[in-house]
Amino acid sequence: MAFARSRQTLAVAGVLGLALGVAACGTGDDKKSDKAGSAECAAYEKYEGHDGKKVTIYSSIREIEADRLNESWKQFEDCTGIEIDHEGNAEFEAQLPVRVDGGNAPDLAFIPQPGLLKRFVDSGKLKPVGADTKAMAEQNYSPDWLKYSTVNGQLYGAPLGSNVKSFVWYSPKTFKEKGWTVPTTWDDLIKLSDQIAASGTKPWCAGIESGDATGWPATDWIEDVLLRTGGPEVYDKWTTHQIPFNDPQVADALNRAGTILKNEKYMNGGFGGVKSISTTAFQEGGTPITTGKCAMHRQASFYANQWPEGTKVAEDGDVFAFYFPAIDPAKGKPVLGGGEFVGAFADRPEVQAVQTYLASGEYANSRAKIGDWVSANKKLDINNVPNPVDKLSVGILQDEKTVFRFDGSDLMPAAVGAGTFWKGMVAWINGKDTNSVLNDIEGSWK
Amino acid sequence: MTTTTPTVGVGAQATEPTTRGARVRKRLNSRTATLVSVVIAMLWTIPTFGLFISSLRPENEIKTTGWWTFFSDPQITLENYQEVLFSSGSSGQLASYFINSLAITIPSVLFPLAFASLAAYALAWMNFKGRDWVYIGIFALQIVPLQMALVPLLRFFSTGVTIAGVQILPAWDLVDEQKFAQVWFAHTCFALPFAVFLLHNFISQLPGDLMEAARVDGATHPKIFRTIVLPLIMPALAAFGIFQFLWVWNDLLVALIFAGGGDETAPLTVRLAELAGTRGNEWQRLTAGAFVSIVVPLIVFLSLQRFFVRGLLAGSVKG
Amino acid sequence: MEFDFAAEQPKFLMLMYGLIAFVAVVGGLLLLLDVVPSYFARRREAQLVAASVSGTPLPRRPKQREGAFAFFFLLPTLLLLAVGLVVPAIRTTLLSFMDSSSSNWVGLDNYRWMFAEDSIVRVLVNTLIWVLLVPLVATAFGLIYAVLVDKARFEAVAKSLIFLPMAISFVGASIIWRFVYAYRGEGDQIGLLNQIVVSLGGEPKQWLLDSPLNTFLLIVIMVWIQAGFAMVVLSAAIKAIPADIVEAARLDGTTAWQMFWRITIPSIRPALIVVVVTISIATLKVFDIVRTATNGNYDTNVIATEMYNQAFRYQENGQGSALAVFLFVLVIPIVIYQIRNLRKQREG
Repeated sequence: MAFARSRQTLAVAGVLGLALGVAACGTGDDKKSDKAGSAECAAYEKYEGHDGKKVTIYSSIREIEADRLNESWKQFEDCTGIEIDHEGNAEFEAQLPVRVDGGNAPDLAFIPQPGLLKRFVDSGKLKPVGADTKAMAEQNYSPDWLKYSTVNGQLYGAPLGSNVKSFVWYSPKTFKEKGWTVPTTWDDLIKLSDQIAASGTKPWCAGIESGDATGWPATDWIEDVLLRTGGPEVYDKWTTHQIPFNDPQVADALNRAGTILKNEKYMNGGFGGVKSISTTAFQEGGTPITTGKCAMHRQASFYANQWPEGTKVAEDGDVFAFYFPAIDPAKGKPVLGGGEFVGAFADRPEVQAVQTYLASGEYANSRAKIGDWVSANKKLDINNVPNPVDKLSVGILQDEKTVFRFDGSDLMPAAVGAGTFWKGMVAWINGKDTNSVLNDIEGSWK
Repeated sequence: MTTTTPTVGVGAQATEPTTRGARVRKRLNSRTATLVSVVIAMLWTIPTFGLFISSLRPENEIKTTGWWTFFSDPQITLENYQEVLFSSGSSGQLASYFINSLAITIPSVLFPLAFASLAAYALAWMNFKGRDWVYIGIFALQIVPLQMALVPLLRFFSTGVTIAGVQILPAWDLVDEQKFAQVWFAHTCFALPFAVFLLHNFISQLPGDLMEAARVDGATHPKIFRTIVLPLIMPALAAFGIFQFLWVWNDLLVALIFAGGGDETAPLTVRLAELAGTRGNEWQRLTAGAFVSIVVPLIVFLSLQRFFVRGLLAGSVKG
Repeated sequence: MEFDFAAEQPKFLMLMYGLIAFVAVVGGLLLLLDVVPSYFARRREAQLVAASVSGTPLPRRPKQREGAFAFFFLLPTLLLLAVGLVVPAIRTTLLSFMDSSSSNWVGLDNYRWMFAEDSIVRVLVNTLIWVLLVPLVATAFGLIYAVLVDKARFEAVAKSLIFLPMAISFVGASIIWRFVYAYRGEGDQIGLLNQIVVSLGGEPKQWLLDSPLNTFLLIVIMVWIQAGFAMVVLSAAIKAIPADIVEAARLDGTTAWQMFWRITIPSIRPALIVVVVTISIATLKVFDIVRTATNGNYDTNVIATEMYNQAFRYQENGQGSALAVFLFVLVIPIVIYQIRNLRKQREG
């Protein structure tokens, strides 16, 4: 309520033609005088000196997640007097270029696609991070992560949230009842699937419908499998187009994924046949697990938010996740994941202050405490992570042995990674054969 | 309606016998026609009706059974509307978007109406060189995909106009609800070609002697426009007004770009598209949300339907 | 946070400013045009008086005044169109000859790409299907319905029901129809179409997956929306046919069928043209239906949707612009037709 009020004063002031800065200063001062100097503000001392300034952030984060974001930097705002104005949009990927090209860029953007970030670097729109941010990022994130936002040796943004995609969701309760055990190798996974299929239940379920991003969950599947069959080197070559998209190793991975995804005996528990995958919303792809109509659902850590209300997500609860097993143990423990990077279109000091703060351990812990959030930030204390699946994810991300790779479709040019690859997967699920799908995608990559 | 004119036999051709049988047949025909047209009208309405019924059913019912089961097992709830209209920022707040839609739509209808009628009058009743080409040019602009106008127009707002390093027009620099002005501007631009096309058809049909008489009396063009033309083209204005209203109210893209996605400025359609995109499984919100967005244009249309028809007809008679 | 009406207040304030601006701009323009010319008129009057007194020849009535007047009447429209449509159209055309980052000239590469890429050719074909079918079916349906419902009982109600979808946004309509086409693999069907199929003993189907059926199912949505527009306009035109023509034809013993082709159609031809032109242009630009219903998957894509994807989602500015220019080319026949119409009208 108070938030809405101050917003309103601001707006009225703007309309009446008063200098907006004055009004913003006013509210900023009010906020600050309450808490500045108090003990809890001590941590924010290094960001001081920008009282009354405003920083705009644009992202794809909306609804309850956006509320949590605002909560996560509330104390920072109160103590420093910087006003952070966050706007989330479902059309983020399409809108950001329009706004940037139209000269209406936000100060900061949470960019989930390194490919998109690179585009802004190439067109000279994105500013390299300042020295403080760089130091903070290097201190808190591994080089593996920073390389995704480094272009020509320059760092253009620190990572923020992350997620782990190599998870298979299941119901610990059902598994216990039926005497199934969580598989730790690929062969066990297939054996278990056969066993469940023989018992009359379809073992797997999936949904890849996601509005204009339909198809992405299937690309994750393929990437996860390729990372296992081909190893990280092949995977890197594939995402950077050093080997063609339709390389035989990719075809192998696709076919291997197909033994589950396109297997009528396995798919699609609770929804129908294989084809129902492409029309099932990704948000409800795993729902049949709660009713016992499906046993396993490969989806990222953030799927924890999608379970129906009242579902207990825990190792001994209604649903939980296990690590999507490796195929060739010699190739290590590959993990596929994603995350967003905080890119800056302005280099005003207050923008850099916010950018630095977002890369800090204080922010990571502040955000993690609110729940449903994972980060690869090394300063993140696992005890601050309330949700068991997130705990599992943080454990994996912080594990030195983990071979982490970023979601490949986010690394590719958007025309492929957010275009033909997604569409190709939809066509593939609907019966198009592996080679022609891969050839089409390769043909679109210029 | 039935003609009882006595038949005047032309050659051997028997025309419209006025026998009792024929009249019965005729009445039957018209009854069939009525029946068929009512059935089609109902078929046409079923999808919308299904949506309406669904929006009144509890979430679980919507997801598991078809809306037609409502008739055998009626369960009504207003919860969906409650949730969609008034709940917190994380799920709906459609009410807020609803107001945005209103604030966007009203000026976006008025501006093109006024500008286009002025232009249409000039194109129809003033003599100047190249007026046909100006008219054809404006007509052809109808097809410019407005998607392609987004970036240049946005640049116009955010950086102003600079020619050869000289700032000719400043940037607009708008925040929050001030951004409505951008949306008005954009909608006005995009509406003008069709508006000029429609109104020109109408205005050019007005009787020429009326104008001539006024001119002889010494009336200036603005005066003729105000006192003679404007009252006569009211039906056409109403028709285009409804058209533009429906178009702006239902627009998604322009709003998305120029108003932004937040609840401060984004209209209902932006929100509805989000509900559809990110809440693919939440039919209960989708249905209620969709119905909320339909209600206003429906009321506007039904109450102004008469003008709409009259105006369009007048515009079309001469093509 | 409860819904807060106070927070909405600035919006109404802004709306009010908008209305004030409207009155100021339009009123100001009219006033200006009223005051300035009457000033000139008075001066001319004075000149005339002076001339007649002194016996010099009367000054000629300045002809260019008409042009100057027209200029001011057209000014707001032309300015807005220049900023909002002309500049973008020129820019788009230029971009279509450049690469994705709009920094290098690539000649006709983008156009070659358009016709070489199978998926894009598919998009072009689909658009063609749309623009041929929608105006035809919607107009035909509207016409038949207008004839059928003419003077029937419940005419007003029936017409309103047919017109109702016109008031629904493309997004809303797509949602409504997604609901009709919905599919459930297990349990009860919630989609009407599948329910009908099941109750007739058939297997439920995922309607939007199979090409080319899905394109036609999407076209149904567009026809559903536009038919009402066609019906209303044509119905009004039919009612405007002079009664004596109809009467005369009836006296000549014309059958209903002949009446339709010989009297009705020729009489409402101008209305038919407006309807077809308007629906054609609307169909070429349709974007939300495909995007909301299938997002162009399953071979249902059309130019407008693909153009948006190329230019905004994939940042392929050149290719997106080329598609836009192609859309522009598609409308040229309609423009030429309009030019001919205008010529005829001016002559007649």
